[in-house]
Amino acid sequence: METILKGKAWVYGDNVDTDVIIPARYLVTSDERSLAAHCMEDIDASYAGGVVKGDMIVAGNNFGCGSSREHAPIAIKGSGASCVIARSFARIFYRNAINIGLPILECAETGRIAKDDIIEVDLAKGTITNMTKGETYNAKPFPKFLQNLIGLGGLVPYVRARLSE
Amino acid sequence: MAMTLAEAIIAKHTKDPVEAGAICRVNVDFAFTNDITGPPAIKEFRKMGAQKVFDPQRCAVLPDHFSPAKDIASAEQIKECREFAEEQGMLFWEVGRVGVEHTFLPENGLVLPGEIVLGADSHTCTHGAMGALATGVGSTDLAAAWALGETWLRVPETMKVSYEGTPSEWLCGKDMILALIGKIGVEGARYMALEFHGDALEGLGLDDRFTLSNMAIEAGGKTGLINPDDKLLEYARDRAARPFEPLFADRDASYAGSVTINVSDMEPMVAMPHLPENVKPVSEVSGTHVDQVFIGSCTNGRISDLRSAAKVLKGKKVHNKTRLMIIPASYEVYRQAMKEGLFDIFLDAGAAISTPSCGPCLGGHLGILAADERCISTSNRNFVGRMGSPKSEVVLSGPMVAAASAVAGHICHPKEITG
Repeated sequence: METILKGKAWVYGDNVDTDVIIPARYLVTSDERSLAAHCMEDIDASYAGGVVKGDMIVAGNNFGCGSSREHAPIAIKGSGASCVIARSFARIFYRNAINIGLPILECAETGRIAKDDIIEVDLAKGTITNMTKGETYNAKPFPKFLQNLIGLGGLVPYVRARLSE
Repeated sequence: MAMTLAEAIIAKHTKDPVEAGAICRVNVDFAFTNDITGPPAIKEFRKMGAQKVFDPQRCAVLPDHFSPAKDIASAEQIKECREFAEEQGMLFWEVGRVGVEHTFLPENGLVLPGEIVLGADSHTCTHGAMGALATGVGSTDLAAAWALGETWLRVPETMKVSYEGTPSEWLCGKDMILALIGKIGVEGARYMALEFHGDALEGLGLDDRFTLSNMAIEAGGKTGLINPDDKLLEYARDRAARPFEPLFADRDASYAGSVTINVSDMEPMVAMPHLPENVKPVSEVSGTHVDQVFIGSCTNGRISDLRSAAKVLKGKKVHNKTRLMIIPASYEVYRQAMKEGLFDIFLDAGAAISTPSCGPCLGGHLGILAADERCISTSNRNFVGRMGSPKSEVVLSGPMVAAASAVAGHICHPKEITG
């Protein structure tokens, strides 16, 4: 996985739920590209067509609340977004993102990031640099167990290793 | 150390030290998916190189969301689940026998007190009412549980929620959980377990307890636990598919927070668009027009929900500009409602009765909303676009308020209809 990510910010508010990230009417497939075509469409019709590889979703509290659908982080990853930065994440989305390899960062200062700001993230250091504003914010470090899981490349390689023990 | 119910259950399932915030590897007693989350779980299971699920009698797929198949793509997803279940010899039920997962599994004794249960569905927290640490996960986590028979859990802090007082005849479990979510907000219990207590809880029937636990996720909670009492244990013993050992919170357990809600003077509650925390007493929004009413779902599709809807609808007609969808959440509920004559009351009122399915709750089928339509629904989420058009609105309520609103054509207190 690349550890330096760079792109422009797509900024949303609190409580972005998985129904708006990918509405249930599209859950007749788990194909990444099909889902990505409708990502965020119920709150931002411009996202799916406008997002460029490397861009980032930046949000407030409780990102990914609601349904457990893993299709939500899959749609975001498929859209080309390089990561999601939020003040906090709902717990199922948090696990799902780690499991499928979508980088997520918890950061108290997401309110300082505006739409289209250019952001650089250093995943190894856990730093978020707002190039537009010339500011740097720190992401909350992951617990050690999750650092190991992320280091292994997610849950699939972890289970694969466990099964071959 | 004195333990909360969540801690006591985790401690029974792990070798790791159990304290709030610690991450533990735990054994899983039961792991299930549905027809939406199943196909990605199957794909990840294969990617893991797994050959066999850890125990085919403890692993299940329930085709309840887009079933009976609403279109070709849904039929393909259900087919994939069916074929995988056949290959693994695991639990799977066809349309006509399956129900909405969180109603069907307890009815069939497949989720039991003291257990750890994972479901690839966020409303798996419903089973907290069985005294099980049941929580929703995504498809990859579920696949890992199928492969290993275990998962990792962060030991949650627990918020103690006490319901005190005597509710009026118009109050139900839904009003009690909406009151909580209105008070603590949609992330008030994020990463935490809720543990329900209080004398008003003791008086509640099991159906209403399932409703309480069901919406723990709407406050961000990992699960919504209730310590088993005689009523619950009798239900579980009558139906248990395997032996179980109930566990209980210690009396002197320490809680990360506590909330007390007095139900004595409480009015029925509704949650207005577009968040379950936008809770108001029904009188404040009385008169708000509704185009559709939905009574059903894993929140309120059980027999006592249908009985209380029937109490309001008896001898009444659904407003001529409103449609009422009633969907019993399982065939056990369906048959019981039929036997008790509730279907006659519903049909006489002009309601549509459908086969068990999650249906319109998540905007699947059987009652999707057009732009600018508003539905009052006994389900659990009123997010933008949840039941159809992103320009539609969903209001959440209990079954009596929903039934009364169907008759009035607008949101109203059930006593106005029956009075």
